[in-house]
Amino acid sequence: MKPREITLSTTPTDADLAQLRLGDIVYLDGLMYTAREGVYMRALEDKANIPMELPAQSAANFHCSPAATIRPDGSFDMGAVTATASFRFAKWLPEWIAKTGAKLIVGKGGMSSKDYKEYFVPNGAIYLSTVGYGTGALLGRGVENVEAVHWNEELGLAQAMWVIRCKRMGPFIVASDLQGNCLFERENAKISERIAAVYEGTRPATLKRYGETDDRTDEVIG
Amino acid sequence: MIPIKTIEDTALRLMEKAAIEIPQDYLDGLRAAAKTEDGDLSSFVLQAMLDNYEAAKEDRRAMCGDTGVPRWFVKMGNDARIEGGMIALEAALRGATATATQSVPLRPNRVHPLWRTDHNNNVGIGAPEIEYGFEPEGDWVDLITVHKGGLFGTDYRMLFPSDGIEGIKRFYLDSLVAFGKRGLACQPAIIGIGLGGSKDTCMVLGKRASVLRTVGSRNSDPRIAALEDELKELGNSIGMGAMGFVGKNMVIDCNIEVGYCHTGGMQMSVHAFCLSSRRSVARLYPDGRVEYRTDPDWFTPYQRRDSVDWAPETEAAE
Ligand code: SF4
Repeated sequence: MKPREITLSTTPTDADLAQLRLGDIVYLDGLMYTAREGVYMRALEDKANIPMELPAQSAANFHCSPAATIRPDGSFDMGAVTATASFRFAKWLPEWIAKTGAKLIVGKGGMSSKDYKEYFVPNGAIYLSTVGYGTGALLGRGVENVEAVHWNEELGLAQAMWVIRCKRMGPFIVASDLQGNCLFERENAKISERIAAVYEGTRPATLKRYGETDDRTDEVIG
Repeated sequence: MIPIKTIEDTALRLMEKAAIEIPQDYLDGLRAAAKTEDGDLSSFVLQAMLDNYEAAKEDRRAMCGDTGVPRWFVKMGNDARIEGGMIALEAALRGATATATQSVPLRPNRVHPLWRTDHNNNVGIGAPEIEYGFEPEGDWVDLITVHKGGLFGTDYRMLFPSDGIEGIKRFYLDSLVAFGKRGLACQPAIIGIGLGGSKDTCMVLGKRASVLRTVGSRNSDPRIAALEDELKELGNSIGMGAMGFVGKNMVIDCNIEVGYCHTGGMQMSVHAFCLSSRRSVARLYPDGRVEYRTDPDWFTPYQRRDSVDWAPETEAAE
């Protein structure tokens, strides 16, 4: 069965989000901004004023540093765009989502269902994962325009807040829904059922690592 | 004498080719994987990746927004001479890395580990790494750039002779499953395994096995080659595919490199060269000729030092 394909606004309504199912493929239209640890620390810890109207202008937070440069004339050259792993931002996300009204957190690898239930669901937000995750050239094609780069001087190109106008940017994949279900955990559970068979005939290491477990449903994130 | 200008120009071209053009051997491997994949989501991901490589080439843009950490391997024939010497060569490689960061563009990934200082050009303390190898004959120099991505997928463990092949398999599976979940390693990957040496050389062997050998290459020791086949098969029978979705393809190929180690130990490292398996190679001759390719052809008999009395003369006499 081929996954469904859906076009979504970066300022989606609750109804738009309610129709999404885990594993749906999404293409985005509208403004999206990048924000990762640099932006979170500056906005939340240093209490700097966020240089955008959120969520009116955009409810889509991309965990990304683009492969891009600022030309001497001040214009932008954005080549490829790829997300970075989101679980590292769990420390700041609850406050960020509450403060900015973000409805779409877009990144790599998703969060845990615990994260989704604790602060995505109460804020009506969902998680979209990039595909692959190396589809940077395809995503780059979806960048209609780079509207602004905020905090470049303070944070550097990789951590700055890039504001991107997306035109059918994608593909992304729906990795959490409004109930807080997690696509990756669903897939992990299916794989774990059969994993014992692959391990048959292997041998646990003679020298253990302190704190090591043999629980194969474990994950390395969170 | 190889002109320094040729080195500068070629290095810049290599940086661009590595970032944009997926090597044919990996592409063929991924196409073959896509044909066998029957997981709905995994299949979709593989098809998107194949489209992505096309888009990158068509638009001349980097295939992945994370353009990895560019580094260099330099291989020289024993008779090669560089205009300006090795210091000029290193300056040229650093310069090309910085220039390409602006011109491709690449992501300025390299920062200071503590102060997070970013020069916005992928150059800094110890960056890009430049490593060397030599061959007994030839007046050429091979420039190889590798843009390896991925904070995940690499691990090291001290095993012991008593762990045996079963222990090797266990650690291999542990690494694949741990970093395969949610696709953190951006699989299907070229898995490189280092066995033996000491901790640092074991890591180097495994890294080079993943980034300096091609899909379909086999170790010159037939028993190691058989183990490569076996581990590839094992990785693909986990039931996990791209992005950690249910699927059949984790490993596009498995390459193993070994080095003699302490009699009591059996060091092992695992490395994953991701969906953006970026490498690009050129051979430069003193007459100005430049030949581009994607196979680093690093692991020659001389690099493996696979016989104790190895010498060019004895080989020639055989
Ligand atoms: S691991 Fe490779 S494919 Fe994945 S984001 Fe990094 S460079 Fe891109």
